[in-house]
Amino acid sequence: MTTAFLIATIIKVLVLFHMVPIMVSLLTLAERKVSAWIQFRYGPNRVGPWGLFQPIADGLKFFFKEELVPEGANPFLFRIAPALAAGPAMMTVAVIPFTFPILIDGQPFSMAIADINIGVLFFIAMSGLGVYGILLGGWGSNNKWSLLGGLRASAQMISYELSMMMSVITVVMLTGTMNLGEIFSFQGEHTWILFFFPVGTIAFVIFLIAAFAETNRLPFDLAECETELVGGFHTEYSSMKFALFFMGEYSAMFTMSCLLATFFLGGPTFFGLIESIDSLWLRALIGFLVFAAKVGLFLFFYIWVRWTLPRFRWDQLMHLGWKILLPISILNLMATGILIATGVLS
Amino acid sequence: MVTTKILEIDMGKEMGKQGVSPLHRLLELDPAERERLSQEFGQELHEDLMTVNMGPQHPSTHGVLRIVLTLDGELIVDAEPVIGYLHRGKEKMAETLRFFQYIPHTDRLDYLAPQINNVAFCQTVEKAAGLEVPPRAQAIRVILMELMRIMGHLIYVGTTPLDIGAASMFFFAFREREDLYDIVDSITGQRMNNSYIRIGGVGNEIPDATVKAITEFVDGFPAKVDNFEKLLTGNKIWWDRNRDIGVLTADEAIGLSLTGPILRGCGIEHDVRKLAPYSGYENYDFDIPVGEVGDCFDRYLVRMEELRQSARIISQAIRNLPKGDIYAEDRRFVLPPKEKVFSSMEELIYQFEVVANMKVPRGEVYSAVEATKGELGFYLVSDDGPRAHRLHVRSPSLLNIQALKTLARGRYISDLVAIIGSLDFVMGECDR
Repeated sequence: MTTAFLIATIIKVLVLFHMVPIMVSLLTLAERKVSAWIQFRYGPNRVGPWGLFQPIADGLKFFFKEELVPEGANPFLFRIAPALAAGPAMMTVAVIPFTFPILIDGQPFSMAIADINIGVLFFIAMSGLGVYGILLGGWGSNNKWSLLGGLRASAQMISYELSMMMSVITVVMLTGTMNLGEIFSFQGEHTWILFFFPVGTIAFVIFLIAAFAETNRLPFDLAECETELVGGFHTEYSSMKFALFFMGEYSAMFTMSCLLATFFLGGPTFFGLIESIDSLWLRALIGFLVFAAKVGLFLFFYIWVRWTLPRFRWDQLMHLGWKILLPISILNLMATGILIATGVLS
Repeated sequence: MVTTKILEIDMGKEMGKQGVSPLHRLLELDPAERERLSQEFGQELHEDLMTVNMGPQHPSTHGVLRIVLTLDGELIVDAEPVIGYLHRGKEKMAETLRFFQYIPHTDRLDYLAPQINNVAFCQTVEKAAGLEVPPRAQAIRVILMELMRIMGHLIYVGTTPLDIGAASMFFFAFREREDLYDIVDSITGQRMNNSYIRIGGVGNEIPDATVKAITEFVDGFPAKVDNFEKLLTGNKIWWDRNRDIGVLTADEAIGLSLTGPILRGCGIEHDVRKLAPYSGYENYDFDIPVGEVGDCFDRYLVRMEELRQSARIISQAIRNLPKGDIYAEDRRFVLPPKEKVFSSMEELIYQFEVVANMKVPRGEVYSAVEATKGELGFYLVSDDGPRAHRLHVRSPSLLNIQALKTLARGRYISDLVAIIGSLDFVMGECDR
């Protein structure tokens, strides 16, 4: 490993990791702007041009708020829960390749923080951890509404994780790899998983729906559910602890959008157009822009749905998860296997 | 009420910390009681239940209603509404205030549709005094009351979907409400709590520009209701959250003395505007929508249709607005015009007499109107004086809350939110 490679890696890690908090702050602004647009309002427009510095003002406000630990709360669980909510959601970003690899010192240099060959497993593990923050936060607050919110969250996330993983396995079977960089380069050579009709398309739809439940967004925001459970699991949280839950939710939204783009929409590829660019640096740059556009599409979809649909009841949500999505995803997985074994898809 | 025994278990101690508030306790069910309730709800209950205070500060209790919930997980074993957090003694105040002084206080009952309360009160006094209101004033009252009905129902259209999660509906409904505020402001001079109705008439003439604005509003309004329906009626989630939730049979509804959209949702064509027409409602052509099942969804549909029917009534009233006075010509109860007071001695005396010494004949009268929440009635005992001897308000909101316990038992917390929304009560009117 040469010095240039090492320096490049350090720069890459710093840039890519800091992209998550920046994206989170931009997302809070985008959420408020898009919701304002949907609801005939202006949204934040006082702090900076077009309200651009609003997230900074929000962040500062959170820092200066008083931190309260309610009487009777479990101090350890209460304090560790926000970190557990935000940490895993941010760590998933480590395996996402943001664009095509470039050459440093003659070696290929991947644009993911950790270019590991078990990327998919890493993502599954991390998204499985996400539930603990909410569950422990709800339990540790010594508040009945929080408890109900935490229990709802754990039930919901576990049931939707299954169908989500089934649809990811479909992708793994189709591409034959667990490395996210190879998954998108496979799609660049063939076509996007979304167009592997019908199995790829069904897997995409299931992943999309389950991603809503995984990130606790409406219509599946039963854990928070401010009109039923006051604030759900974060009723008792204030200051940066509260902000960390929010950062967790938004970074989960961001990483889920990145994964959707990588798994099903070919990541930075665009029908072989970008791979045909000779200069590696230019290819990486344009690939990044394409990837950003795809991610932005999903993020907008997330926000759009949140401000349009009503919310499910928890038993209806379980019904959808266990009785509809899970059987479909298992059947889809079997169909994929059969199609690959018979050579229809290869 | 479910009988329970308080256990000496607190969650805080279990988690290694002391000093837990007495609210955080678990309730142990009596085995026989548990057996009975398990049969009633068709599922095995756990041994420990949990009490939760829903309200008075809860986002979806629509004001300051408090509900003491006894929960088995998410299942509501018992729901006990606690009212009175907004009690201001409005009925008692009527005994010390002169009739015209009391009109602004009626605004504060159902503050979402204040003019209907004004009319209901003034109509009661007029009935006791034997006053005839001129046709033009009656028509203006009808226009205002129907505008208020639209305003009141728009609150339902905004807040109930908000409680169920469709936050944007709130803004769509309030956008229409803002237009109505402008119209009402231009007639009455106030956006809320307008106190525009007077005993024997209405406050002042409708400006010509407002007549045009109202016509434009009612012409465009049915299309906007269609838009609301596009977002909700065909929506599968909205359907699931409302269909077969909070089902009331017609007999139950009558037994709970429910009126208004809730009773109509149960399939009974009960509407004071048709049954005992007041203020010239017999001259207008409109339909009474009724539901079939009596669930939250039917109540929603009934209210949506009533929005359209109200627009229909307003457009008839505004097109055939009669000419003439807006005040009854009865100097015993109605103030003389201001310019005459300044120029004529007799009129000045009349002015003084009405303000200081109005004599509403001794007697007891009851008069009701169809308010947005149901039948709003005033029962007045007058004592040949300028004040009520006793005034009672039959407030539909109070009676609507009665249904809450029946509807909530055996359902989930999420359903309770939908049920509260569909009962559509205002705590200002309930607590008075």
